[in-house]
Order: sequence, then C-alpha cells, then structure tokens
Amino acid sequence: MGPKVISLIVNGRLHHVALAPNVTLLEALRELGYMDVKNGCEKGDCGACAVLLNGLAVNSCLALAWQADGAEIITCAGLGTTEHPHPLQTAFADLGAIQCGYCTPGMIIAAKALLDHNPQPTEEEIREAISGNLCRCTGYGQIVDAVTAAAQMLRHAEGRAPG
Amino acid sequence: MLAPFELLMPRTLAEALKMLADVGPAAQPIAGGTNVLVDVRAGHCRPAALVDVGRLAELAGIRQENGCLAIGAGVTIAGLLADPLVAAHAALLRQAAAVFANPLIRNRATVGGNLADASPAADCAPPLLALDAEVELASTAGARRVALAHFFTGVRQTVRRPDELLVAVRWPLRGGVGAFHKLGLRRADAISVVSAAVMVDFGPRAAAGQQQTPGIETARIALGAVAPCPLRATAAEEFLAGRRLTPDAITEAARLATAAVRPISDIRGPAEYRERMVEVIVKRLLGHIGDQ
Repeated sequence: MGPKVISLIVNGRLHHVALAPNVTLLEALRELGYMDVKNGCEKGDCGACAVLLNGLAVNSCLALAWQADGAEIITCAGLGTTEHPHPLQTAFADLGAIQCGYCTPGMIIAAKALLDHNPQPTEEEIREAISGNLCRCTGYGQIVDAVTAAAQMLRHAEGRAPG
Repeated sequence: MLAPFELLMPRTLAEALKMLADVGPAAQPIAGGTNVLVDVRAGHCRPAALVDVGRLAELAGIRQENGCLAIGAGVTIAGLLADPLVAAHAALLRQAAAVFANPLIRNRATVGGNLADASPAADCAPPLLALDAEVELASTAGARRVALAHFFTGVRQTVRRPDELLVAVRWPLRGGVGAFHKLGLRRADAISVVSAAVMVDFGPRAAAGQQQTPGIETARIALGAVAPCPLRATAAEEFLAGRRLTPDAITEAARLATAAVRPISDIRGPAEYRERMVEVIVKRLLGHIGDQ
C-alpha cells in the first residue's frame, strides 16, 4: 500500500503531505518540522509527544497519521510566541518547572487540556491531569506550581476581558 | 518506524465487516491504537492490514434502549466519564474509567478495544462483568450476542472470530448498588495488581421503622488481574443470594471469592499478595455497599 496525501492543520497552518500508512502522527509532525513534539517512549507511557488533536490531549505516537486526516492539531509551540507566550509557557519558565525540557511540551499540552475545562483545578486534579506525562528532573513540584500559577493568570485575564 | 501494514479506512460498519471478511485472520481492527500500535511496534503481532473502526458512526454513542444501556464499542474511556447515563446507571463503570491509565490514553482508548484486547487486567472488564453485560459481535454473516462472562477464553484471547467486530456492549438496567476498586502500585496510570467490582440487587426495602437491612436478591462479584481472564466469583455470589450483608456474610463471601482466583506472581506483586488483597477488597466493597 503506497503513500496517500492527507491534510493536517497544525497550529493553524494547513499542510498537505503524502504519507505511508504506517507513519504515526508523531513522525508526521516531526517530519513537518514541529520539533517541539518530542519522541520519548513510543508506547504511550511518557506523554512527551502529547498534542491537542481536535481539542483533546493525546499521545501522537499512538495515532496513525492517516487517522488524523483533516484534523486540527495544536502543539506546545502553537500556544504562544516568544513575544506573546501562553501563561502556561510563562509560568513554566518563571517557576523553574523546566530542567532538561524534554517533557515540557507534553506537560504544557496536558495542562492546557485540563485548564480548558477546569479553570481552577486543585493540586490533586493537576497531578491527575499530568499523570500520563513523565518528568525525570523536577519531581513535579514546580510543574504543579506552574500550572496553578498559569490558571490564576488565565482567570485574571478572563476577568479583565471586555463584555 | 512501525513494520509495514495496510491501513483500511471503512466509512460504514458494512464496509468494515467486508474488509475483515476479505482480508481474513491477517486483519486487525484498530481504534485508539493504545494497544494495537504498542503490540505492532514490539513485534508481538504482524497484521497485514489494520482496519480503522474508531470513527464509525455505528460504533459511537451510549443509548438507553429496551430497558438496557448500550455502549458503542468506539466510545472512549473519556466518553464514559463524560456521559450522564453512565453516571446515573453504572457508577462502578465510571469509577473504573476514572482510574483507567491516564487522561491522554483515556482520550484514545475505547471500551471495545479494552474488552477485545482481553488483558487479564483490563479495567473495563470487572465492572461490565458485575453489570452482567453482553457483547455484540458483528460479521458479514450476521450478529451474535455473547455474555461477557463467556467472551474471554485466555490471556488476550476471546471467542471473537477474526472476521467479527465487537460493536457494542449492553446490559439490562436492574437498579442495584455497585462499587469498583483498583489496586495499583501508583495512584494514577497504573496497571491493576487486583481490580474488583461488586453489584448487589436488593429485594424490596424493609418497611419503614424496621431495623433490618434489606435482603440481597442477587449479587455479582467480578475480579481482574487474578486469573488468565477477568472472572466472576460465582460461589460467593450464590452464597450471598437471599442473605443480608452482615459482617459474617461479608467475611464468608470474601473468603469464597478468594478461593475462586488463580493469580500469578509478576513484577507487580506475588500471587499470595494478590489472593490476600482479593479478600480485603471484596470485603471492603461489600461493606461499603452495605453502609449505603
């Protein structure tokens, strides 16, 4: 079975790409240059490859690219820019929630999925939300602090929004 | 890089069943991929063709029909958690979904996949066994229903033929009180060391003013990760029928449930520990139900 052209909307940008059936979404995204999506365990244990697939946080190593044909994908880099970082990105940097950085994009995606439906999570809820993401550096404490701080920043921003 | 395979993407259930029939035993259904792709990558299986069934409309949705709750095989574990019918009628299944792997996996893994994969530690199995569920298997030759208690035949083996697709799981709504407990080695994202689900249907409640607890009409006790297949503890169930949930009855039922298991020792715990934990967990679940 040969390659097929599929379309992926990644961080708002439409790609048409010819891929073989056995290419994972993770491989496709890195091939397209989205190097913030990390390749860790390739079996759904570490969460380093997490992206938002049509709004849901998933391990991109466990989806085949063809299964994502036409889907909207957000990677960590798609959440903000260097000039205008997302509050999660700001909080992770400011509070030392990053050490080697390998787990960070997946962590931020898992945290984004949590805050999208739970703007004021408890520590327990944050720990549960990132339970599919392994960090071997920080011991998770600073990550939980960063998600808590980002949630607060987002709630304040929401409060200031017009209307 | 994954070993090569064809990926067939049917648009309807009929198309999917025809593909499974045409390709034969070398075809493997895939939905969320949380088991299939891990197995393919590890070389545990070499399917010639994967048939992507995750987005088939016929496998979606949770419905109340003819006194039953029917869950499409393509419903994800996150879908179970979000569903009001599951919350209202199957608290024990919801409890299992809440501790199933982790949130990333729960967004992909499906109910049908968890059952068809037939891991001894599949977390959907004990609650659905305790609910007395049956699975619907469809093929080009027609559909059949199999009691979940007869579906599993061994470690990762079921009665599903290669040309069949698990399309739904359903059970009659009888009321009753249920509970589920999973013992893992960490608080989230753990593979069960022991899992247990209990469902008790009480007879008519004792009249107001009477101190007696109500009698049990039927009790169903299901256990995971303690035998080659998830199983029902039938001796304990029969013992409880017609009795009340007194401390003595609970102790005896837990003892009978423990006698039904055949655990192995593995990286997650020795067989003796699993046996002892079956007794503790069944006792705790029955006590919890009795207190309600």
